[in-house]
Amino acid sequence: MIRALLACALGLALAGAARAEQAIVSLSTERIAITSNFTGASLVVFGVIDREGATTPPPAYDVVVTVRAPRGAVVVREKERRGPFWFNADSRKYIAIPALLSVLSNRPLADIAPEDRRRELRIGVGNLVPSQGDRTKTVDPDEPDFRRALIRIREAERLFVENPEGVRFLTRTVWRANARIPGAAPLGAYAADVMVFLDGREVAKATANFTVTKSGVEDQIASAARFSPLLYGLATIAAALMIGWLASIIFRRD
Amino acid sequence: MQVYLPIAELPVNVFLLLGIGAAVGFVSGMFGIGGGFLMTPMLIFIGIPSAVVVASQAPQIAASSLTGALSYWRKRAVDGRLAGVLIAGGLVGTQLGVMFFNAMREQGHLESVIVMSYVVLLGGIGLLMLAESIRATMSARKGAQRPRRRFGEHPWYEGLPLKMRFPRSGRYFSVIPLALLALCVGFAGAVLGIGGGFIMVPALIYLFRIPTQVVVGTSLVQILFSMIAATLLHATTNYSVDAILALALIVGGVFGAQFGARAGANLRGEYFRLLLALMLFGVAARFAIDILQRPDDPFSATKTETYR
Repeated sequence: MIRALLACALGLALAGAARAEQAIVSLSTERIAITSNFTGASLVVFGVIDREGATTPPPAYDVVVTVRAPRGAVVVREKERRGPFWFNADSRKYIAIPALLSVLSNRPLADIAPEDRRRELRIGVGNLVPSQGDRTKTVDPDEPDFRRALIRIREAERLFVENPEGVRFLTRTVWRANARIPGAAPLGAYAADVMVFLDGREVAKATANFTVTKSGVEDQIASAARFSPLLYGLATIAAALMIGWLASIIFRRD
Repeated sequence: MQVYLPIAELPVNVFLLLGIGAAVGFVSGMFGIGGGFLMTPMLIFIGIPSAVVVASQAPQIAASSLTGALSYWRKRAVDGRLAGVLIAGGLVGTQLGVMFFNAMREQGHLESVIVMSYVVLLGGIGLLMLAESIRATMSARKGAQRPRRRFGEHPWYEGLPLKMRFPRSGRYFSVIPLALLALCVGFAGAVLGIGGGFIMVPALIYLFRIPTQVVVGTSLVQILFSMIAATLLHATTNYSVDAILALALIVGGVFGAQFGARAGANLRGEYFRLLLALMLFGVAARFAIDILQRPDDPFSATKTETYR
């Protein structure tokens, strides 16, 4: 069941030579189902760079795959010393931060495109974490510390990952990438953004979507908790008391 | 063996949960306390979101205190009338505590409030009990008799109006200070996500001079009712009760509570109080280190909302 999802193709017309590459992307699955023994999944992204009837041998392309989880708001707090105690003092709120970010490429990002181009195209973990969402403060000299801390913390948790060996070329135009979806991955709509580079320029891009959802018992429990909370609460406490009572019967000595 | 928690939305080793449940259940059965003050830090430490932790351990504490309460009930070590007053006062306090909890969370001070409260409450009560039980143990060893309170001598608060007879405990005093105590415990319990037994047990022993064995059984009954209410409250307001997490903790907890209740029944009063004091003091010290020590990383990142 491999269905190619062609979201967007960019033709770049260059002076003299007309070049039109298309990125064709397909995912190993469009739905990652979380069951009771879910501890993470691996997602394979396949891709073909279609050169539209070009007869010359293909050049050495670069591919960057960015797997993004649903975005959310994150508050970064800094502890400061107040008397003998360390308390959370200063904080910054970041909006639209992906809960999971996996940037896979066939070689280091710095070799694929120059810094300013990567920033413009939002390639790499650092460029995907936008500055503070609160735009009321025009000058905030402390903000970069908070932003760096956020990236550092998420990288330590393995939720933000950059892997310069994550994309493998099978031929010069066919490649595959392997992304790890950890067990604690949030539910929702994910996207795998693919960008194809040639000599530091973006020549094609495509996006493939997939979802992470609960299924089976996990799904039933979660829906019950959300949509019939009183019944769910009563059932939970009844089951709890039942076990507590059973235990006192089983262990009864007198 | 990893099991996925449907509400917490992450996989956890089920044996770790069973172990934590058993350890806390043992302590719970032994001392007649819910054990929430031990369970909360442990579960947050293994990465479960604090809202889910607080909500899901309510049914767990209910189950383990039911087991414990039944075992004390059979020994006729429960004062039903005392429990009734405590339950009534506690429910009012819980409601007020939840309101305070939400207000502090909005202002972003919840974490500091919780840590400071743990240090002050656990440390203070632990220190008081430690001093008292060392004194008692020392004098017991010397063979000296503790000075008996003279007949008819009572603290002023016991003489307030609305006096009630508590035949099981052999006491007769005003219910006003008792209900007020239950209200404060319920309030603190809701703010800290705990049953509050560790405040209730020493208060009943020292302030109201209820016999230790009756205190434990009665406290378990009170915790049972407040945790049933807390489960329903959490399930209907913040949808954070994780049934799978609760069940794993319960299965571990009921076993632990059985052995704990037996160990507690065979323990002498002075040692019982010394052990409880040491444990409270230990947890308080652990929290104190947390806020006194320079943190490894002064920064922390908390996800506050997800756009779906």
